[in-house]
Amino acid sequence: MEKIILKDSAYSIKKGTILGIKQMTESEKLFEIALEGGKRLDHEPGQFVMVSVFGAGEIPISVSSSPANNDSFDLCVRAAGKVTNTLHKLKAGDMIGIRGPFGKGFPIGILKGNDLLIIACGLGLAPLRSLIRFVFDKRQDFGKIHILYGCRNSANMLFLDEIKEWRKRNDVYFESIVDQATPDWAGKVGLVTTLIPGIQIDPDRTFVALVGPPAVYKPAIKELLSRNVPERQILISLERHMKCGVGKCGHCQIQHLYCCQDGPVFNYEAIKHLKEAF
Amino acid sequence: MQDKQYAILWKENFNNFISSLSKLHKLAAPVFKGYNNYAFENVRSGQEIALKYIPTILPPKKFFMPVHETLLEYDFSRGLKADAVTEYEEIILFGVHTCDIAGIQCLNMVFSEHPQDQNYLIHSQNIKIIGLECNEYCDEFANCHLMNTHLPDGGYDIFFTDLGDYFIVHINTQAGEDIIKDTGFFMSAQSSHLNELASYREKKQAIFKNELPVELDLIHDLFDRSFESRIWDDLDERCLACGNCTNVCPTCYCFDIRDEINLHLTAGKRYRVWDSCQLGPFAKVAGGKNFRTTRKVRQRHRYYRKFRYPMDRFSRYFCTGCGRCSRSCMAGIRLKETLKSLIGSKEGAKA
Repeated sequence: MEKIILKDSAYSIKKGTILGIKQMTESEKLFEIALEGGKRLDHEPGQFVMVSVFGAGEIPISVSSSPANNDSFDLCVRAAGKVTNTLHKLKAGDMIGIRGPFGKGFPIGILKGNDLLIIACGLGLAPLRSLIRFVFDKRQDFGKIHILYGCRNSANMLFLDEIKEWRKRNDVYFESIVDQATPDWAGKVGLVTTLIPGIQIDPDRTFVALVGPPAVYKPAIKELLSRNVPERQILISLERHMKCGVGKCGHCQIQHLYCCQDGPVFNYEAIKHLKEAF
Repeated sequence: MQDKQYAILWKENFNNFISSLSKLHKLAAPVFKGYNNYAFENVRSGQEIALKYIPTILPPKKFFMPVHETLLEYDFSRGLKADAVTEYEEIILFGVHTCDIAGIQCLNMVFSEHPQDQNYLIHSQNIKIIGLECNEYCDEFANCHLMNTHLPDGGYDIFFTDLGDYFIVHINTQAGEDIIKDTGFFMSAQSSHLNELASYREKKQAIFKNELPVELDLIHDLFDRSFESRIWDDLDERCLACGNCTNVCPTCYCFDIRDEINLHLTAGKRYRVWDSCQLGPFAKVAGGKNFRTTRKVRQRHRYYRKFRYPMDRFSRYFCTGCGRCSRSCMAGIRLKETLKSLIGSKEGAKA
C-alpha cells in the first residue's frame, strides 16, 4: 500500500482558531472562529460547515454570522452529543477544523427588494441569525422585515443582547413568545405559530425564512398558506446529520435529494411532496 | 482475417497466463470458500481461481471503496498538522462478472460527480479489470437479464468469454493491451473465433430471459406509483435491519465518518467505514429525531435508491441484478419477489 497526501480532497480541513466563546444559555455557546492566514469563509446565510473537534469527530453546524464580516465567523452550538460536548470544553486559542461552507443557503438574490418574515423556533435562530445580520448589514436592499422568535422558555433564549437591539430598531418588527412562562417572563405565551395571524404582511412580496425543529414546520406552513403566502416563497432549512457534506455518504438523504448539497435551505413548493422531509 | 480487438487464450495456457500475470502485478480473483461461497482474494496461480462461481460474498467494490479507509491524519502534539490522505495499490481483478462491472460503473459515476471523491478515484485509477462472461445463470436469485447486465458493455480492460477449448478475449483499453503483450500466451483471433463468439451469444439469448413480467424502462414509473404501496408493510414485518443487503450490494456506498485518537491523545485519524441505511440510527439527528424510524421506510428507501432515485441523477438503475441482497437476506426478502409483488399490486396494475 502506498500512502499519499491529497491536496484537493473533499475531506481536507481548514484550520480554525477559536477567538472567543460566549455562554448563551445553559446548553448553548457561541464560538467566534478565524481561519488560518486570514482566509475568508465566504458563505451564504443559511449554509453550514463541517466542524472537526480532533479526536472527538466531525459534525455539521450552521453558520450564525453575516457574510459581510470577513475576518471571522460565528457558530452557535448546543451541547447535544460527543462532539458538541467536547467542543464546549475547548477554550479561546484552541484549534478546530473547518470544511465547507456547504449546501444552498437563503437565496439572497431573490430575497433582495422583497419583504421578509423570519420565523425562528428554538435553535432555529442560530442559522437565521446569519440572515438577520446580513439583512441588517444591507438593510436598504430589503423591504419590511418581521422577525418572530419562539422558545421553550426565557432561559432558552439565544442572542439576548442582540434581541434587545432588534426590539429598539424602528426598521424591524420583532416579537418573541415562549411555550412555558416563568416568573421573569412578561411577554406572550404559546407557540410561535400563534403570532403569524397577528402580523401585517403583503403575501405577494413577502418571503418567509422559517427554521425550527421538524415539528414546527407543518403548523407554521399551514398558517402561512392561510395568509396566502405562495408556497415557493416559504423557505425552510432542514436538519440532517451530514457526515460527508459532499453528497455521498447518504446520511442526509431526503428521498432523492441530498440535504447537504441540494439544501439545507429548500423552498416549500420544491419539497412539499416529499414524505420524509419533516 | 485477424481482429486486433480480440485475442485467444487456449485453456492449456490459462494457468501459465495467471502465474505470469501474478508475477507482474498484484492479482485478485474469485476463490472458493466452501458452502457455495466465493470471495475475491489475492491469487498467484490459476488453480486457486474458481472460473465458475456465483457472485462473491462481497462485490469488488471492496477494492474501490475499502470497508475501512483513512481520510485524514492529524497531529496536535506541536501545533496542528492535518493532512487528507489515501492509501492505494495497483491491482488487477480477474474474473469480474458483467453484473459487478456494471456495479463499478455505477460507483464510478457517483464518486466522479462533483464534489469528487479523490480517495475513490485514486483507487479506481489503479485497478485494472479483467471481465469474465457468465455462460449460464449463477442461480435463481439473479435478475441480470431484466437489468440488461448479462452481456459485456464496457467498463473493463479485457474481457474473457469461455468458448470451450479456449477463451476469446476482448481488448478494451491500452492497459488491457499491455496485459496481453506482457504476459504472452495469447494468439490473434481469427474470423472463425469471432463467428464462434457470435453463435455463442446467440445461444445465450435462449438461456437468459426476462426474469420478471416488466419492461426495464417502465420500472421507474412503477416506483413513482408505489411509494405508498402495502408491499412495504410486508417487508416491515420481515426485515431484521441487519444491513446485510446493503453491505453485499455492488452499488451501495453509504458510509459513516469517525475519528480515532492515539493513546497519548496527541494524534489521530479520521476514517470512513461502510454504513447501512437499513440500520436504525442511520437517519437520526441530534436531539433524537429519526427520519426513517421503521424497517418499512428503510427498506423502501433501499429499493428506491436502486430503482427510482438514481434515474434522476445518473440516468440508470443502480440494481445490477447480481442477486446478492436476496442471497444474503436472513429473513428471506427476495428482490425479485418484491418487484413481482409491486408489478402485481393495485399500483402496478395501473401501468
